[in-house]
Amino acid sequence: MFCDDGLSQHFQIRGKDFSRAGRVSTTIKEILQEVGIDPIIIRRAAIACYEAEMNVVMYAQRADLILNLTPDEMTIRIEDEGPGIEDIDKAMQEGFSTATDEMREMGFGAGMGLPNINRNADTFWIGSILGKGTVLIITFNLKQAGRT
Amino acid sequence: MSQYLHFLKIDAEKCEGRMKCMRVCPTEAIRVRDGKARIIEEKCVDCGECITACPNGAIVALTDPFGELTRFRHTVALPSPGLHAQFGKEILPQKIVAGLKNLGFDDAFDLSLTCGEVSFAIQESLRDYTGPKPVISNACPTVVRLIQVKYPSLIDQVLPIDTPRELAARELKKKKAKQLGLKEKEIGTFYLTPCPAKMISIRQPAEKGHSSLDGAISISDIYGPLLSALEGVEKDGYEKDLENVCILGMGWAMSGGICRTLRIKDSLAVSGIQEIIKVFDDIEKGKLRNIEFIEAYSCHQGCVGGSLTVENLYISFNKVLKLIETLEFEQIKACPDIREVRKKYQEDYYFIKGKLEPRPLKPLSDDLGEAIRKRKEKENVYQQLPKIDCGACGSPSCMAFAEDVIMGESVITDCIFNMPQQFKKLSKEFSSMLEKSIAMSGIQTPDSEKETKKGKS
Repeated sequence: MFCDDGLSQHFQIRGKDFSRAGRVSTTIKEILQEVGIDPIIIRRAAIACYEAEMNVVMYAQRADLILNLTPDEMTIRIEDEGPGIEDIDKAMQEGFSTATDEMREMGFGAGMGLPNINRNADTFWIGSILGKGTVLIITFNLKQAGRT
Repeated sequence: MSQYLHFLKIDAEKCEGRMKCMRVCPTEAIRVRDGKARIIEEKCVDCGECITACPNGAIVALTDPFGELTRFRHTVALPSPGLHAQFGKEILPQKIVAGLKNLGFDDAFDLSLTCGEVSFAIQESLRDYTGPKPVISNACPTVVRLIQVKYPSLIDQVLPIDTPRELAARELKKKKAKQLGLKEKEIGTFYLTPCPAKMISIRQPAEKGHSSLDGAISISDIYGPLLSALEGVEKDGYEKDLENVCILGMGWAMSGGICRTLRIKDSLAVSGIQEIIKVFDDIEKGKLRNIEFIEAYSCHQGCVGGSLTVENLYISFNKVLKLIETLEFEQIKACPDIREVRKKYQEDYYFIKGKLEPRPLKPLSDDLGEAIRKRKEKENVYQQLPKIDCGACGSPSCMAFAEDVIMGESVITDCIFNMPQQFKKLSKEFSSMLEKSIAMSGIQTPDSEKETKKGKS
């Protein structure tokens, strides 16, 4: 998964760790700023990454997130150990959520997570095995917009 | 020379390199090199945290000296609501205005009514707004600069309505010029400021436009002289002016002061630049979308906490609340005419003329491939560091130091934790070199003698 010609970084996300949730997406955002990615792409990436991170925190035990960055594209791959998704098509619908009442009270579980990732990413792949976990691969094309 | 003006200067003679400023700087814009602090101008957002932190008073804000007044034919003082917060209900706003005239200004203008007017205008613009939420207040110049530098993607969410100080100065210049038969540039408008950031917003507006204010005088500079000037003020000299004091605008000096004047469902008041950074990070991740308006001040508790104020910020916060209470009790509550505001709003009277552009930090390299390589290198350097952010190297954090190393501004041995390791490595290399040269030259060392003896026996 690590590539040679670009930057690869590995992050760990812990499930149920609400107080630290969002740190990984903030770090990734800072890396993208430092290399000078277009602010609009950074914002899309930050939103997608945060939604993915929150899904892990809310549902899974843990996850590995790998960021791969080359001059052409950025890939974020998140592989979690968790319950998996029973019906991916349903989970991709806006407004569908299996969040508990507590999660909703904290402002999550509006059923926007996966569709929001899909909307912000250039390509989005999702695979899941029930009882084992879920893999997301989110990519952003960096060549499309001019650099600032 | 940098393209960005700053009104913070470090006095190299007073600076002892004690690094307090470097540690409090929210944008990591300070480095200590050769025992002296220096500011990286592109990163500085003029928050003034370093001024307060410096134990030696070596960092000073360059506001205008009082003598600037002589440059103009007619001068007007525009006290920030933060000035009233220094005095509270004991000295009413209009007495302060009268006192300022005694100090040598030809006129003084209380901003509270304009603040109230702008509150209404903000309400109008929030109603028309259809972009991503929340809208972020532009009252604090440091917040606007923070967005330009660190959160360029939020730039379209910054409120496009001009600040009361600018609108009032523009109006006053026009009015006074007509009244007195002078040119607008002969009228000097001076803002009495609670912080150095307002000074910069006058000299170099973030929106690249032109400020209607001619200068800023610090509240801490004017406080003493004003106190003595107030002694000569008679009550009937200012009583009638009290009618123009607007309690809606009085609260603009404190955090939450704008929100309380807006009739909207969800608004948020944040103060303290570190807190703002957390909130802006959340906004960038797509959180807080249900909040309509965010009022953010770089200083704790709002402008009352500015680095150029005199009174303790919690006390002055309370003084504003008590002042509003008193004014309400005395039934002094001038209010801008909402129909008038709506009409002017439709005529674009309140909108900022210039456009706010991002000023993102320079990437590690202009070439993306090279920048990515450098970022990788930075991570490698960072992994060799102790990650305790001690700051002894003169950079504010190990991450910042790693960047300074790859950009060639520091060397890795500047890290005191790397020095012993580096020393060990060098001494190892040195001793192996020594051994080699000894072996080649065939000199008998004590060790080799022993070995030969052993061999014989």
